[in-house]
Amino acid sequence: MKKEEVPQDGDNLHEGSFRQLFYAVDDKGAYTPVPSVGWEPENVAMAQAWEEVHDRVEKARQQVLAGQLSPVGYYMEKHLMDLALLANYVGRFQWQVKRHMRPRVFNKLSDKMLQRYAAAFRITVQELKEVK
Amino acid sequence: MSVIQFDHVQTAHCESGVISNMFRHYGLSISEPMAFGIGAGIFFGHLPFVKVNGVPGTTYRIWPGAIFQRVCSRLGVKMQSQKFSAPAKAMQALDEVLAKGIPVGVLSSVYYLPYFPPAYRFHFNAHNLVIYGKNGANYQVSDPIMDTVTEIDPESLAEARFAKGFPEPKGKMYYPVRVPTDVSLEKPVRQGIAQACHYMLKVPVPMFGVKGIRFLAKRMQHYPEKVGDRRSVLYLGNVIRMQEEIGTGGAGFRFMYAAFLQEAAALLNKPELAMLSKELTGIGDLWRNFAFEAGRVCKSRAADNVSYRELSGMLLQCAAAEEGFFKRLAKTKI
Repeated sequence: MKKEEVPQDGDNLHEGSFRQLFYAVDDKGAYTPVPSVGWEPENVAMAQAWEEVHDRVEKARQQVLAGQLSPVGYYMEKHLMDLALLANYVGRFQWQVKRHMRPRVFNKLSDKMLQRYAAAFRITVQELKEVK
Repeated sequence: MSVIQFDHVQTAHCESGVISNMFRHYGLSISEPMAFGIGAGIFFGHLPFVKVNGVPGTTYRIWPGAIFQRVCSRLGVKMQSQKFSAPAKAMQALDEVLAKGIPVGVLSSVYYLPYFPPAYRFHFNAHNLVIYGKNGANYQVSDPIMDTVTEIDPESLAEARFAKGFPEPKGKMYYPVRVPTDVSLEKPVRQGIAQACHYMLKVPVPMFGVKGIRFLAKRMQHYPEKVGDRRSVLYLGNVIRMQEEIGTGGAGFRFMYAAFLQEAAALLNKPELAMLSKELTGIGDLWRNFAFEAGRVCKSRAADNVSYRELSGMLLQCAAAEEGFFKRLAKTKI
């Protein structure tokens, strides 16, 4: 890649301020670091990865509102976690966390357990119970 | 507390960047590509069973920590490294070392770094950065992939250091205790090159090295019929991101390694290496073409077998080119 070929396809994902370094060759063929604001294929891939995240969060939100899923499931998606990671954060087995995703089980959780979930999601217990 | 003057230089990749910045602080100047080359960082691996958010993992580099460990042992740098069971202890230990005027490297999760661009904040637990001082309660950070130094509040830093998941950082921190300033780079460079060739050509696992590229090519061909349109695009997108997203310097570290070979050619006075550097630049451009076409497929979202077969063909081309390249590199008398 030549120095002048280093792509500068900016988009709002990088918030304009962030530039990453690329290694490219100058006229004499010597390698030199060149900052870049982004590249189209990478921007597309990143935007689609986020779109997928947002879709999953929205789907979980609808399920919570419909009473099919507890807020634990919603916040897990919102914080890009999976079952294994969340179980690790709250110090429970995966099957237990899965159970806590059922609204009936969630409603009976102890304050201590709710506190653990709230801490894992960095929110208050009150926020944990309310999904808008 | 003494104020530490830390010379921050932005680099492409966090691990080789921390090595370069930290060693320079102690008077041992090695560039980022040099650190990457001596640590034999270049690699390829495709691991369909290691899934990140349901998407198979692909890597263009050796596993996290390996570059650091190899560079230290090859240059004779002695590091002190510690892990902790509790955040309070870890933060206290960090403060104690900073008070002695020593900049400290820490392992962290990018998800909890508030200064990071939000779009990049996924759960990635092997990010390296340097803490070089305190400003009130906040910590001063030299994060090699950022263009300037920044600050982080103690709560976020503790969260980032104690993120769960894989690999778990467990508050790991490290700092050099002995850095030789007068080292000959020749032998480390030779060892680094030999090791890189070995990992790319000889590891008897089909998912690794040049074989790994072919392995991915074979699987990519069948993405549309195996996992459907939507997931195909996500799978493909992940390959692009691993190749081009922050930290690779372009073309999945191929350009960085080419820069290393160029430096090595001058250092060892071996024009052959400069030729090979040029060849690798060409291979890097092949990878960029692949990413460009893959990006177009992602954008159109219409997964048809033809486009995936074409992409697979491009990967096979990359594999063939890399095989030839690393075989020649391995044979070069240096």
